[in-house]
Amino acid sequence: MDPIKAFADWLTYSVFGLDSSTHAGQALDFFIYDTIKIFILLAAMIFLVSYARTYITPEKARKWLGNRKGIQYNFLASLVGVVTPFCSCSSVPIFIGFVGAGVPLGITFSFLITSPMVNEAAIAVLGGSVGWLATGLYVLSGILIGTFGGYFIGKLKLEDEVEDFVYNAQIGDVAQEDLVPKQRADFAWGEAKIIVKKVWPYIIIGVGVGALFHGYAPEGIMAQYAGVDNPLAVPAAVGLGVPLYSNVMGLIPIAESLIGKGLPVGTALAFLMSVTALSLPELIILKKVLSTKLIMIFVTIVTIGIIITGYMFNWIL
Amino acid sequence: MKIEILGTGCKNCNKLAENVVKAVFLSGREDIEIVKVEDMMEIVKYGVMRTPALVIDGTVKVTGRLPDIKEIKDMIAN
Repeated sequence: MDPIKAFADWLTYSVFGLDSSTHAGQALDFFIYDTIKIFILLAAMIFLVSYARTYITPEKARKWLGNRKGIQYNFLASLVGVVTPFCSCSSVPIFIGFVGAGVPLGITFSFLITSPMVNEAAIAVLGGSVGWLATGLYVLSGILIGTFGGYFIGKLKLEDEVEDFVYNAQIGDVAQEDLVPKQRADFAWGEAKIIVKKVWPYIIIGVGVGALFHGYAPEGIMAQYAGVDNPLAVPAAVGLGVPLYSNVMGLIPIAESLIGKGLPVGTALAFLMSVTALSLPELIILKKVLSTKLIMIFVTIVTIGIIITGYMFNWIL
Repeated sequence: MKIEILGTGCKNCNKLAENVVKAVFLSGREDIEIVKVEDMMEIVKYGVMRTPALVIDGTVKVTGRLPDIKEIKDMIAN
C-alpha cells in the first residue's frame, strides 16, 4: 500500500478517531493524503526541471529556431515552452527576443501557447491529484495545441499585425554562462522554494474545497449534469475557464474531486487548459507588441484547439 | 567600472540590486557606477529574455537567476 495513504489513514482514523464511513472522515483523509503527496511531487519536480532549465535557455532556443521553417520546428518550440518557465511578465521580452532575432512568428507562437499551459508545477499537481494518465494527456495536448496553433498562425501570414519596433529591435548576443553543478543545484533549489512558497495557499484551499466536495457531494452528481452525453459541457467548461484568471494549482485538486463525482476527464482537462492557456493580464501585456486582430486570432485558435482535445479525451477515455 | 541591473521591477530584480550594492561595498572599490535598467526595449538590446540580468562593462554576466553577494564580488574582482 502507498505509504502516504497509510499515513493519512492512520492520522485520520486512529489519531483523530474519525470513522471511515463518515463524510468528515473521508474528507479529512482525502485532504491529508492529497496535500502531502502534492507537496512532495511539487518540490521534486520543480527541482529536476529547474536543473534541466540551466541547460535549455530561451537564448539557446532562439538560435535553434532562428529562420527555420517547417512544423517540426513548431514542435521543437513547444517542447522548449514546456521546460521554460512562463509568467505573463516575461512574455513580451521573450516575444521580442524571438521575433527580433529572426524566429518566425508561427514558431514563436508555438512557444507562447505551450509555455503557460504545460509547466512542471502543473504536471506535479496534476500527477499527484488527477493521476498520471490524465497528466500525460494534458502535456501531450498542450504540446499539440502549441505545435498546430503556431503552425496555423504562421500560415496566415500575419507578420504585419506585429508592431514594427519588434522587427527593428537590435538584439545583442548573450554568451552562455558556464555554471558549475553547485550553481545549477542552487538555482534549482531556489526555484523550488520560490514556487512552493507562492502556490502553497492555493493548493491548500483547492485541496480543502476538493475534500469537502469529495466527502459531501452526492455520488455521480457531475455525471448527471455535465457527463459525456451532454455535448455542451466541453465548450461550457472552456467558456468558463478562458476569462477565469486564477492560480491553476488550486483548481487542479477541485477538478480531481469533480472527476471523482463523474465529470469526464476530457471536460476537466479542457477547463484547466483554458484557465492556464489564456489569461487577460497576458493578453493585455501582449497588446504592446501585437494588433488586436492577431490577439483575437490567437485566442480563437487556442480556444478551438482546447475544445477539440476535450472532446477527443472524452471519446478516448 | 559600470554595473547594470536589468529588470522590469520583479522581486528578484530588486534583490539583485541589493546584492550588487552590498558586493560593491564589500569590494571596497569606489570607481563603480551602478545603474538600474528598467525599460523593456533597453533590456532586449542586451539580448536578455530572462530577468534579472547583470551586465558588467557592457557584457551580460548573468541572466534569469539571482547570484549571491560572493559571486558578484568575484565578478567585480575579475
